[in-house]
Amino acid sequence: MCHALPVKIIALTGPDTAKVSLGGIVKEISVALIDDPKIGDHVVLHVGYALAKIDEAEAERTLALLAAEGGEALAEFAAAEAPP
Amino acid sequence: MKHLDEYRDAEIAHRLAAAIHSEAANSGRRYRLMEFCGGHTHAIFRYGIEDLLPANIEMVHGPGCPVCVLPTGRLDMAIRLAKRVGVILASYADMLRVPGSKGQSLMKAKADGADIRMVYSTLDAVKLAEANPDREVIFFAIGFETTTPPTALAIETAAKKGLTNFSVFCNHVLTPSAIAAILEAPAVRELGTVEIDGFLGPAHVSVVIGSQPYEFFAEEYRKPVAISGFEPIDILQSILMLVRQLNEGRAEVENQYIRAVTRDGNVRAKQAVSRVFELRRDFEWRGLGHIPYSALRLKDEFAAFDAERRFDEPYIPTEGIKACECPAILRGAKKPTDCQLFGRACTPETPLGSCMVSSEGACAAYYTYGRMREAAQ
Amino acid sequence: MNITSRPTRLAARRLDLAAGRVDLTHGAGGRAMQQLIEEIFRPAFDNPILARGDDQAAFDVAAGRMVMSTDCFVVSPLFFPGGDIGSLAVHGTVNDVAMSGARPLYLSAGFVIEEGFPLADLQRIAMSMGEAARAAGVAVVTGDTKVVERGKADRLFVNTAGIGVVPAGVEISGGRARPGDAILISGTMGDHGVAIMAQRAGLEFETTIVSDSAPLNGLVADMVAAVPTIRVLRDPTRGGLAATLNEICHQSGVGMRLDEAAIPIKSEVLGACELLGLDALNVANEGKLTAIVPATDAARLLSVMRAHPLGRDATMIGEVIADPARFVRMATRIGGERIVDWLAGEQLPRIC
Repeated sequence: MCHALPVKIIALTGPDTAKVSLGGIVKEISVALIDDPKIGDHVVLHVGYALAKIDEAEAERTLALLAAEGGEALAEFAAAEAPP
Repeated sequence: MKHLDEYRDAEIAHRLAAAIHSEAANSGRRYRLMEFCGGHTHAIFRYGIEDLLPANIEMVHGPGCPVCVLPTGRLDMAIRLAKRVGVILASYADMLRVPGSKGQSLMKAKADGADIRMVYSTLDAVKLAEANPDREVIFFAIGFETTTPPTALAIETAAKKGLTNFSVFCNHVLTPSAIAAILEAPAVRELGTVEIDGFLGPAHVSVVIGSQPYEFFAEEYRKPVAISGFEPIDILQSILMLVRQLNEGRAEVENQYIRAVTRDGNVRAKQAVSRVFELRRDFEWRGLGHIPYSALRLKDEFAAFDAERRFDEPYIPTEGIKACECPAILRGAKKPTDCQLFGRACTPETPLGSCMVSSEGACAAYYTYGRMREAAQ
Repeated sequence: MNITSRPTRLAARRLDLAAGRVDLTHGAGGRAMQQLIEEIFRPAFDNPILARGDDQAAFDVAAGRMVMSTDCFVVSPLFFPGGDIGSLAVHGTVNDVAMSGARPLYLSAGFVIEEGFPLADLQRIAMSMGEAARAAGVAVVTGDTKVVERGKADRLFVNTAGIGVVPAGVEISGGRARPGDAILISGTMGDHGVAIMAQRAGLEFETTIVSDSAPLNGLVADMVAAVPTIRVLRDPTRGGLAATLNEICHQSGVGMRLDEAAIPIKSEVLGACELLGLDALNVANEGKLTAIVPATDAARLLSVMRAHPLGRDATMIGEVIADPARFVRMATRIGGERIVDWLAGEQLPRIC
């Protein structure tokens, strides 16, 4: 029920509405709950409303943190499984 | 799809799983982590995330499924409202098949002639009222804090448009109250101790309320919280964060979903909610009993839009089935397979308890995606 | 003037195909109904058997095993991107016959029409059926029309039945899957269902996805000729791939293991499913098939399929395994495991 999706604003269609795209599907939604929506912004969509903008910089940071995880652990496991 | 595909990446999952194994393995302790939100429960089973975790990490499924925690008596009220002459009941799809008392449901009432319309958004319900001035349109509102701002906006829009035929049957509930109820667990002797070591915080509730409300739980109960995005990589990263906190003896609120959640949340959304709604002193939750200050109702100035005040429908509480283990399962004290009814009399097609009625309930998610594990045992 | 030399006409006026509507007389078996057949159905289906004008179609049968199938079509809306109820009705039955490995030959077509249905739409649908039949190499050789009062049928329901002949030596059936067999599909999943959903009021999204409705008998003929060891063929219509694979597991007494990352799904179909909270594996297809074949023949079958226009995206998605519980298991994208269950009820009504 709290299902929400990241979608991209592709057009502003009114004071409080916008068209968004998800994988090429286009839908009109309300942007009344977010400040200053712009074309190209990604927003979190829930039951027809944008609930927040996705912060691109923070998203980059998350992906960078993820890229740094687990490399050592995998190397350890590989070493443990390698024949002596 | 940007901001989605990256968080379903197999290679990242593999590395995170390795890190989790490595850091959880040598501590010699168990980790019981509750994912509060039904959406997380669904994702955990749909992606088979538990297959990537070591045996000493156990995911405990929480009550964060608004369909699951809605008492049957409240659904019965909605069905009775829908059957009234001249009423159009607008509802999210999730509620349509949920069984009420005496084998009724909104779907069955519709087949019997009640005018029930599925809507994707509250704005569709307002449009229905505008398009049908001679009918009473009642919107069946359910959901945690994620879903409440859209209802608030719909009511304000209806007020601005001067609509006199639109009302809301409000069943919005609050997350922090439910978390507190789990941690307080007054019926611990009855249902068994619930030892939960940490929480995966809900993704989209937190987008609205922010990370700040969870700080109380971390400080007061010394339980770490990791607010987690919805995708499998988000969930794995959050589990790793909780394992680290527990290993290091920390009990903080960490925000894994930093791309969408801030400490204050969505101020505009919160303001809309506080303009329109106020706290109910008491509300009954299916499976969790009465919880004070855990639900919302419309403020007096919006009384004309409150279906409970507009229509005189009594709330008639109902008894759960004796053998149904939902109360214990919703608190995380028992698992779906601990219930005698699970997979036999109680299935997604014939749900007997709240954990099976919604696709996000622990029993429904386990049955739909994970019941081959039981067969193997 | 000699009366007998005046040309006989069924009716004083031809049907007003542009603005006229079906009424109860058109189903009454009299002259009005004959007119409907003469001016709409016969020209649309246009074949020598139908032209004889008998109540039944007579034809010679080749020696060998015959296959017969029937299906009813109640899809709403009647016209959708990629097809209409008419072309769907032809493709659906052609495909059911073809899934036995048979060559489809003849179809019957029955129509239940609601009073007031526009003649223009009826003609459009009949023409579409005729085109679909010709493209599939089959003929609609017999049929029936009934008209019911307003409100007693939602505009139009169509039934088609089809017969075909199975080539010698071909033994294809849902009960023949064996552990170790490869599971193949002919292309992307979920296109038809999403195309229909996009047209439904209340769901309202824009998409370029069109229904994949198509006759698969040509593809099947190529497949069976090149790889006679094919064990099972089935087209995943209502209920999607999940329903079809579960049916086969139950018929054959086996389990399956799929690889989620291997299943091709168009980005827009994924987007629509995310938006609606659906699983693409439960969404209907009308121009795709699944084939189960001994593992050693899988590569060859795939290259045959990919050489055909309807099999360009054919791929292997998993294997049959021994499993007394008959589950369809799937390795998820991130390396976990889940089952692919069949749904109890329709996710969305009247998708086919």
